[in-house]
Amino acid sequence: MLELKNVSFEKDNKKILDDINLVLEDNSFVVITGKNGSGKSTLAKMIMGIEKPTTGSIVLDNVDITQKEIDERANLGISYAFQQPVKFKGITVENLIKLSAKKKIGRKEVCNILSKVGLCANEYSKREINGQLSGGELKRIEIASVIAKESKIILFDEPEAGIDLWSFNNLINTFTELRKSISGAIVVISHQERIIKIADKVILMNEGKIEKTYNKDSLHEVLASTICCKLQGGAQNG
Amino acid sequence: MDNMDKELLKTISNFDEKIQGAYNIRKNGAGVERKVTENVNIVTKTDVSGIDIIVKDNTKKESVHIPVIITKSGLTDVVYNDFYIGKNAEVEIIAGCGIHNDNCDTSEHDGIHRFYLEENAKVVYIEKHYGEGKGTGKKILNPVTEVYLKSGATMEMNTIQISGVDDAKRITKGVLENDTSLIITEKIMTENTQNAETDFNLELNGDNSSTHVVSRSFATESSNQKFVSKVIGNAKCFAHVECDAIIKDNGKVIAIPQIIANNVDANLIHEATIGKIAGEQLIKLMTLGLSKKEAEKEIINGFLQ
Repeated sequence: MLELKNVSFEKDNKKILDDINLVLEDNSFVVITGKNGSGKSTLAKMIMGIEKPTTGSIVLDNVDITQKEIDERANLGISYAFQQPVKFKGITVENLIKLSAKKKIGRKEVCNILSKVGLCANEYSKREINGQLSGGELKRIEIASVIAKESKIILFDEPEAGIDLWSFNNLINTFTELRKSISGAIVVISHQERIIKIADKVILMNEGKIEKTYNKDSLHEVLASTICCKLQGGAQNG
Repeated sequence: MDNMDKELLKTISNFDEKIQGAYNIRKNGAGVERKVTENVNIVTKTDVSGIDIIVKDNTKKESVHIPVIITKSGLTDVVYNDFYIGKNAEVEIIAGCGIHNDNCDTSEHDGIHRFYLEENAKVVYIEKHYGEGKGTGKKILNPVTEVYLKSGATMEMNTIQISGVDDAKRITKGVLENDTSLIITEKIMTENTQNAETDFNLELNGDNSSTHVVSRSFATESSNQKFVSKVIGNAKCFAHVECDAIIKDNGKVIAIPQIIANNVDANLIHEATIGKIAGEQLIKLMTLGLSKKEAEKEIINGFLQ
């Protein structure tokens, strides 16, 4: 279980997150939504350790991880899929998957992982993760790198951005599969109705605060709300 | 040859007893072992120090190893090797120089390699440079490579400076006739106070000639690197020159790419990027559980592999 207690974050004299209190229970699928600039991505980065809170604490399974570095949190089971996948010169798709898995995995396992995101290992394994891959391909590889890792908590920052409809359908299936295999929480930052519909909990953020939390029974309120409709209108599909 | 010689040979050219194909091993300024085949002959020059490697027309899928090792401190070894590659021949040539220096004198190898490829010949050329040893004596390597491609010929050149080389100046010259292709990949790592300089001078004289040059380098501590390239397009041709460098600590890199178009159908591109390791790359690998140091190592290894 992950808990954020009174977490605030300030940057350049601006409050980006304001007194966040949040519990991510084990075996839960949580969607964080809200308009652009509401602090969603910052909250995810805060959990991963890419940003550190100005005040407050973050506790994972009763261990205070507030000051722990990114790699320490990763090794405690927190994983993060970037909204904008990172490119490398020289590191291949296979390299990245193997680095992510940490334990020694063979070609067959790499193939298995890539197939979950709809990529053929024969075609992609030896390719460098660089600008010659399309945005959609980079996104799928990014998701594959997170799937390959042993995780307790996985954070996805707008995984639907930049992928086509076929891949998006695959993504929903991937989330369904992941729910069966990880003991902790899956947290998705998203504007997408289909992702919101499969959530156990939806957190609506506005101006750095948690405005409202919806559980499974009240998801229709999220979808019907004015703010959500504006989100759907502005949401980007790959 | 002792174990140190064998290890050096393996490092620079993967050379061991199981090697098939022709070879010539040079140690401390003299040839020590040679093997020729029906299609590849190796002849000692009579006017200067060096060898002629002659590959017959239509030779297919053969390899030639010509490694050089220097284990005697204080030696300056200058050698001229000329490669005559026959029409339609396809051959892989593995060169390299390893210097082991345990003393205080400078050890240096200056290798001048000239390639003459006849019509439709294909060559893959791999050259590794490496230095090691407990001594304070410098390890210097100055390779000169000249490539002359006749109609239809192609050459792929991969040069790697692994580590331990104190000073290196690489000069590469290419003259390309019509329908030829020269692909050059260079990877260089420098550390401490090492210096590495690269100078490319390529003339695309024939229609449909092309060249693609990629230089990837990593300069760390107080080392210096300089990359100079000049590509002249004298016909309907294509050239792409890319210099990518990562710097760390007080490492310095200068990149001076130059392209000259003397023909309206010459299509020439050059790119140069110099910078430290991108923060986002480090963060991404750290989110996979690598420490910052491990992440740096993976990025550099991937970049230079």
